[in-house]
Amino acid sequence: MSEYWQEISALTMRWVRRLSREKFSMLFTLVQPMLFWLIFFGNLFQRVADGQVTQAPDYISFLTAGVVIMTVLNNGLAGGVDLLFDKENGFLERLMTTPIHRTSVILSRFIFVMTITSLQVLVILGVAFLFGVQPATGLLGIAAILMIGMLFGVGLTAISMAMAFSVKSHGDFFSVLGFLSLPAIFLSSALVPLSGMPAWMGFLARFNPMTWAIDAVRPLILSGWTEALPHVGMVVVVMVIFDALCLYGSAKVFRRAMG
Amino acid sequence: MDRAIAIQVSRLTKVYDKHTAVSDLSFDVYAGEIFGLLGPNGAGKSTTLRTIITLLTPTSGTVSVLGHDTVREADVVRRLIGYVPQERAIDRFLTGREHLELLGALYHLPKAEATKRIAELLKLVELEEPADRAAKTYSGGMKRKLDIACGLLPDPKILFLDEPTLGLDVQSRLRIWDYVRMLKTRGMTIVMTTNYLDEADQLCDRLAIIDKGAIKALGSPTELKIGLGGDIVSLTLKDQSKISVLVAALTKQPAMRAVKATPTGLDIRVESPEKALPAILESANQLDCQLEFIEYHRPRLDDVFIAHTGRSMKDELPKENVE
Repeated sequence: MSEYWQEISALTMRWVRRLSREKFSMLFTLVQPMLFWLIFFGNLFQRVADGQVTQAPDYISFLTAGVVIMTVLNNGLAGGVDLLFDKENGFLERLMTTPIHRTSVILSRFIFVMTITSLQVLVILGVAFLFGVQPATGLLGIAAILMIGMLFGVGLTAISMAMAFSVKSHGDFFSVLGFLSLPAIFLSSALVPLSGMPAWMGFLARFNPMTWAIDAVRPLILSGWTEALPHVGMVVVVMVIFDALCLYGSAKVFRRAMG
Repeated sequence: MDRAIAIQVSRLTKVYDKHTAVSDLSFDVYAGEIFGLLGPNGAGKSTTLRTIITLLTPTSGTVSVLGHDTVREADVVRRLIGYVPQERAIDRFLTGREHLELLGALYHLPKAEATKRIAELLKLVELEEPADRAAKTYSGGMKRKLDIACGLLPDPKILFLDEPTLGLDVQSRLRIWDYVRMLKTRGMTIVMTTNYLDEADQLCDRLAIIDKGAIKALGSPTELKIGLGGDIVSLTLKDQSKISVLVAALTKQPAMRAVKATPTGLDIRVESPEKALPAILESANQLDCQLEFIEYHRPRLDDVFIAHTGRSMKDELPKENVE
């Protein structure tokens, strides 16, 4: 058990080191979602967005939940990228010839992606706070938001890692990534509530796990516990099913790729 | 004399998507030797190596490393071996020392032991000075040295090198050869793949020539060359119409083992050049065959390769990782 932990912590530290050496990349990963979506998009649509539709005091406070979950989505879907590079340059093969437990590599990646995502979510909530968004459910609500983000992120990261092991080249990987990310955002309640969408988009968005996550985070920020609790309960159920499916599917890929 | 067997490959076959990469391969590697897998790209040598080091599972057949099956006891095997992959498997953002520290943790070395061993290895491969610089600043030769240090970190009984000098400059190559020889004197068993004939010739105690997934020849470089039967005298004639006459005249003579016509002259395999050369010259004189050029050489590994595979290694240009 202590050996297992030694492996996982050494591998996780490697991801942290890599990130800290890529200062620019780190800055952009951290800044991009809040800059593009929260600050620009949020303020840009301030007057266009109809308060009757969003049911929020202003568009930024409506959008915050969406940006939080978008960050989880993007981090999760990109979570396999480093493994993809490891696979391509032979580093993964080197790791696989060491007597480590095969799951250590995967677990270290989960831990790393979840930690970074949680930090980013906190930064987003902080920036939103500067624009006057105060989470209605307080610190406990923030903890609940982080939990929802992690539940969603686990499944996404699993998909991403499975994809990293399956694709032929990293070009393919990034094409699929680009193809998944934006439609997932548009076909969710991130930017517009379901009630404000064209009927067919609203219909599709209901099948998007992202919608469920956002609809639980949003009342945690805007309304309060009484409104949020049923949604939070529901999202836990949805995410457990989502994660189970993702983990089951990707476990098969991992086993084939790593022996 | 019975020698201790380090690796036993028996009837190994590996099929990928209906493509047979390796077919019914059997050989032993003795403890303490440098064993080479020689062949062109795509011959199956990397597949063979990857199977021995537990990265691939055989489609059929078995491989055992120091008595441990590579499938059932993969974890035990992994503790006994070190691996230096063909690609520079380097994380450009980590320093040399961090690479070794990471591997130290993955091999579960106690901290003090790891620190001591890392210091020794950095000294051995002469990377002490750049040890704390990110690997992206390293030259090709330095990366290769770091690769080797990584392979040696677990203090393996057997070290596997996949194309250790591919793409390196001459100086770095010779340096790597020195390391390999030194490791052998320390009692380590070394298995390497290569598609450089001179490397195989100079470095390996024994070789398996692999082509199209099968072993075509196995033995020490000297044995393989002697096995061809004698040295080679090549003649180039001024008048090529006389080739057949000279072939006929020489074929009967006892000093010639084999006489073969070539487009410009003859290739004659001889037992001892001292006896054969005067006889060849005499016959040429008698038949009034003027010689343009005469060359005599010991069989080279390339001749061995041609004899066993029907083509020259030189026809193949080293390509990046196609196996």
